Amino acid sequence: MLETLLRQRLEEKDLLVMAHLVAGYPSFPEGLRLIEAMVAAGVDMVEIQIPFSEPLADGPVIARANQKALERGATVGQCLDFAAEAAQAFDIPFLVMTYYNIPYRYGLEAFAEALRARGLKGAILPDLPVEEGSACFGALRRRGLSPIVLFSPLTSPERMRTLAGAADGFVYCVARKGVTGAVTCFDNGLAAYLTRCREATRLPLAVGFGLKDREDIGFLRGRAEIAVVGSELMRCMERGGPEDARRFLEELR
Amino acid sequence: MRAGYYGDYGGRFVPEILHATFEELTGAFEAARVDPGFWAEYRAVMGEYSGRPTPLTYAGNLTRHLGGARIYVKREDLNHTGAHKANNVMGQGLLARRMGKSRVIAETGAGQHGVATATMAARFGFRCTIYMGEKDVQRQRPNVFWMEQLGAEVVPVQSGGRILKDAINEAFRDWVSHMEDTHYVLGTACGPHPFPAMVVWFQSIIGEEARLQILEREGRPPDRVYACVGGGSNALGIFSGFLDDPVELVGAEAGGRGLETGLHAARLASARGVPGVAQGYKTYFLQDPDGQMLETHSVAAGLDYIGVSPILADLYERGRVRFDAVTDDEVVEALSLTVRTEGLIPALESAHAFALAFREIPRFPEDAVVIINQSGRGDKDIFTVADALGDLKWRDFIRRKAEGYRA
Repeated sequence: MLETLLRQRLEEKDLLVMAHLVAGYPSFPEGLRLIEAMVAAGVDMVEIQIPFSEPLADGPVIARANQKALERGATVGQCLDFAAEAAQAFDIPFLVMTYYNIPYRYGLEAFAEALRARGLKGAILPDLPVEEGSACFGALRRRGLSPIVLFSPLTSPERMRTLAGAADGFVYCVARKGVTGAVTCFDNGLAAYLTRCREATRLPLAVGFGLKDREDIGFLRGRAEIAVVGSELMRCMERGGPEDARRFLEELR
Repeated sequence: MRAGYYGDYGGRFVPEILHATFEELTGAFEAARVDPGFWAEYRAVMGEYSGRPTPLTYAGNLTRHLGGARIYVKREDLNHTGAHKANNVMGQGLLARRMGKSRVIAETGAGQHGVATATMAARFGFRCTIYMGEKDVQRQRPNVFWMEQLGAEVVPVQSGGRILKDAINEAFRDWVSHMEDTHYVLGTACGPHPFPAMVVWFQSIIGEEARLQILEREGRPPDRVYACVGGGSNALGIFSGFLDDPVELVGAEAGGRGLETGLHAARLASARGVPGVAQGYKTYFLQDPDGQMLETHSVAAGLDYIGVSPILADLYERGRVRFDAVTDDEVVEALSLTVRTEGLIPALESAHAFALAFREIPRFPEDAVVIINQSGRGDKDIFTVADALGDLKWRDFIRRKAEGYRA
């Protein structure tokens, strides 16, 4: 189970890092090199985004990567196989992140089965609220996979408790309003929000949206268990390939 | 039935950050809906500012020309800003004011919804940002000009296919960052709950009027009602007046260059649309087997959309609304005929409803009655239509105008 794997890892490190990449961008072979660099830099978990034509919750950097991957012909089947190759080659948990229409078209049970058979640990579906998600969440859970639930700074304490009831593995705390890749203030407001998150669930907390340097990571120590890096990592990769991505991740520690 | 669902369609598939915003909007909408004062204020604004009720015009020349049913045209083109879009926008403006918002954002395809929103913002004193696909900015410059004159910021959207669906994604991205002071004036009966219900509620004023008007003229409901269908707001607006009558309701979708070419936006008529979830709701979308949305095409920017109102998806499955598609060529031909015989200039979007009606009316008995919804007026389309007709004098005028600017 994902939570157990994360707890084991947390016995050695106080803050884990989850990195994000878009399958098929810039290409599948380059993606594997990127994951290799991520693992070498000490990344603890990777979310592999299956590109979608309408990435509503993503900012410009990741939205463009989605579009490019699709223009280059990435299919859902190829993305799943890519994720399977990564999961086989590296001994850390891999998750899938995508939008709900992808599993919905694939078939919810078939999709969950495809993730299980490929050694993946769970799925992050930012446009699938728990109110709409029971069939999909159930299909994942029945196979020992974690459906990841998201909290936002506007989620009320009561709602956090409801969401926590459906959560598994860890809870993804969106650090601020807005889409991925813009600026986040690592301040008292964020600290208070993370305290509210902590009170609502005993699961590890992952914090994403807007993390870009060592200071941000330092801020999260003691307040969360997992730091998520996405857009900034992709910018580095676009500038200087897997090597720059690796340097960026190493400097975060 | 779950709230916000129409049969199997609708729902609310939004990121968690928007949950509270949608709860606030739903609450405000539900409160307004049961407040008779709100609807009275809405009607007063529409009467005083937008020119309602719009007339139902008997098209005697077209009736004689086609030799079938008596044809009436519901004149939504006579709304202020030139389209039915005003109904929805003024209603949402009143709601936004009630919620204490100071800024509105909107997406637009043909530009009519953008112009209507910018007009409403000017009237109510809201700041206003309009998202428009770059491709639509190129083909609808006159509307962009007016939005800017009205004080709105027009943002050309470069992502995706650079059309309406991409503008919607961008508007949602803006909203998740600014929801405290901003209301998103979604332009059609699509999107997450409560937008479909809310937009249809405001647009139902079309059907309510049309029913009274036709009963007054003919003493009975019509046999058929035709409306074009992009997202579906004008269609649901007029259809809603006749849902309980024995009236055949017909939706005209964009057949583009022909259903066989794949260059169209006929989600239901093509049988190519399949259920899916995107842009926050579940409906029929034009998508590939993986669930990726396909590019769409129509001569009418306002019909160039991948999805269709979940309310129409349900009415389609229940057999209450029939859908068919007409091609760009048929549309331009129908537009020309309407202009020459009646002196009416429908928008390219509305001309889809005319084209489908013209195809079917000659087979009607003479005592039959049809209503065509002229959802908007066509002057915004002058560049597209002049190109489609290959009008040499227009081309010459544009050339001389360009030379004048160069000098």
